[in-house]
Amino acid sequence: MRLSELPKGAPAVVDRVHDAHAADPIAQRLRDLGFVDGEPVRVVAIGPMGGDPVLIQIGYTRFALRRAEAARVSVRSEVAA
Amino acid sequence: MSASTLRIALVGNPNCGKTALFNQLTGGRQKVANYAGVTVERKEGRFTAPSGRVLQILDLPGTYSFEANSPDEQITRDVCAGNYPGEAAPDLIICVADATNLRLHLRFVLEVKRLGRPVVLALNMMDTARQRGIVIDVPELQRRLGLPVVETIAVKRGGAKALIERVDGEVPAAAPAQPDDAASRADLHAQVRDILTATVTMPRTTAALDDALDRWALHPVFGLLILAVVMFLVFQAVYAAGKPMSDLIGGGFGWLGEHVAALMPAGPLQSLVTNGLFGGIGTVLGFLPVILVLFFFILVLEESGYLPRAAFLLDRLMLSVGLTGRSFIPLLSSFACAIPGIMGTRSIQDPRDRLATILIAPLMTCSARLPVYALLIGAFIPIRYVFGVFNLQGIVLFSLYLVGILGAMAVGWVMKRIRRDKSEHALLMELPSYRMPKLRDVVIGLYERGAIFLKRLTGVILGLTVLMWFISTFPSPPAGATGPAINYSFAGYIGRGLQYIFAPIGFNWQISLALIPAFAARETAVAALATVYLVGGEASGGLGHALAGQISLASALSLLVWFAYAPQCMSTLAVIRRETNSWRNVTISFGYMFGMAYAASFIVYQVARMLT
Ligand SMILES: Nc1nc2c(ncn2[C@@H]2O[C@H](COP(=O)(O)OP(=O)(O)O)[C@@H](O)[C@H]2O)c(=O)[nH]1
Ligand SMILES: [Mg+2]
Repeated sequence: MRLSELPKGAPAVVDRVHDAHAADPIAQRLRDLGFVDGEPVRVVAIGPMGGDPVLIQIGYTRFALRRAEAARVSVRSEVAA
Repeated sequence: MSASTLRIALVGNPNCGKTALFNQLTGGRQKVANYAGVTVERKEGRFTAPSGRVLQILDLPGTYSFEANSPDEQITRDVCAGNYPGEAAPDLIICVADATNLRLHLRFVLEVKRLGRPVVLALNMMDTARQRGIVIDVPELQRRLGLPVVETIAVKRGGAKALIERVDGEVPAAAPAQPDDAASRADLHAQVRDILTATVTMPRTTAALDDALDRWALHPVFGLLILAVVMFLVFQAVYAAGKPMSDLIGGGFGWLGEHVAALMPAGPLQSLVTNGLFGGIGTVLGFLPVILVLFFFILVLEESGYLPRAAFLLDRLMLSVGLTGRSFIPLLSSFACAIPGIMGTRSIQDPRDRLATILIAPLMTCSARLPVYALLIGAFIPIRYVFGVFNLQGIVLFSLYLVGILGAMAVGWVMKRIRRDKSEHALLMELPSYRMPKLRDVVIGLYERGAIFLKRLTGVILGLTVLMWFISTFPSPPAGATGPAINYSFAGYIGRGLQYIFAPIGFNWQISLALIPAFAARETAVAALATVYLVGGEASGGLGHALAGQISLASALSLLVWFAYAPQCMSTLAVIRRETNSWRNVTISFGYMFGMAYAASFIVYQVARMLT
């Protein structure tokens, strides 16, 4: 499942970040910010207009991501981990 | 430079307190605020350590990674790597990390360490960390990182004492430089996790207060409601608190002017003092309280951490007009002044997003417009209460801000249409913890704004006002002239010449003339009008009074709209030139704003004339 599809509040862990195209700087930045295998994530809030952007809790930090950015991250539910 | 000068660079993630630490060390007053992207330039300061050694400190823009994405991050990367033009690599790097956010910040610390330069880690925000019950085993952290680690509280007096002592001692040995490749980058995260498990105990991953506030502030319905209420209250407060103080100052100056004039012999000099200095400058000075009240709210909002939340709520809207949520903060700074706003766009990665933001930033209502708005609103809009609580004058002021914002959205939308490239824009914005603004910082911030305003007032505005007085007074009318003396002055001729252009939008010659000095500084329009009307002998009872008698409501509304859109400030155009390195962008910016202002004023004037 992609992070953009994760329901609000559901606990999950990051699988990996996919490059949308070759040498994708957004994907690289996401990895640097901690979106790496095994990292717990949660959707804490959803934007008021069209559900975009989403607010993601990762580590001790909250990041606002557009859906297109969140769609680069694949996640799995915590139990499966 | 003596051989013992140590060159130190402050680096770290955005919003970890580098600038606060810089100010603490150097006694500087660089801007500190609670969101990412405040510092976009390298700033240098120096101080003398207890040992007598001179330390030169560089404050740098924050970055999450040396894999730089935006112009401000590139500066940091280049300075650290010793690639910044005209600057040798620093002798020592102070890497600053937020002790409450180590999962994110330690990765960058490891990245900095791999540069192979001497590094000291400052664990900042230790006050907040303790409050939240976060326990950090510093000796173990130091051992595992292989770097000296000191605790700091950048916002507390003496909070950097340990850091100063450490930096003043021997420069630590550098770790061996390591290559930077994808595999080793991925490995950094694993190292961070190991270090955290061994050294940090966190009772909760987030601050309980943040969770509680965000439930409301980011709520799809209440969040927007809160945002609207906050903005609206700010403008009401600007009126409720600022206006009475303004009237007091304006009245005081009028009184003072009369008394000083009584002591002087009649003649040109007396006219300069009463009409130019007390009349012109005094009128502008009267608006200082209004500006300070506005800045009080801006400063409190900036430090509270609410602004990035507002950016979160509005991102989709900004996207629909071709901007990014990241434009929000530069645009917001433009409410103070477009110049820092335009410089703040350096934190926007995409060059075209950045240009779009630069082009519309001057449409945000900067504080220099406030005296003009306040003058006209005071003269033409009655004080009436709507629903018993909302002052009509405050509502009009709020609408003028909206006029600016809507105009900017329209321009953004058009630019988005013109632009062929539809590539993706990133948001990727960190939401910081909420913080209680400190009274002392707010007071210092207000003092600085006040000082800037007074400097403009006694510099460019004063100079132009004296010039306006001069051209309104000379040459004297020829013998036997019948009309008012001012009609024969330079001002009279220039103003009437300009009126050909501006008559269709309802400006009389006095207003047309005042637009010229407004190009150097908008507030000067107020001083210039005051001077021209005073010299013409038509401004007894204050400028507002005179205007109300001289121009129609339609002209006043047209003038308000003109000020909302017109390309009026030379310094802004100069900054656009510097930041984009192109005269073309300056021309575009000037051209579209002039056209837009003229068209909007024309419509407003003609429609208002039909209705009134
Ligand atoms: N409580 C607390 N707040 C701090 C500390 N250092 C910085 N801050 C706050 O953190 C925010 C970011 O500070 P700033 O110096 O602008 O960070 P920079 O982006 O790294 O330059 C501001 O709101 C500061 O008031 C600290 O040691 N303790
Ligand atoms: Mg800073």
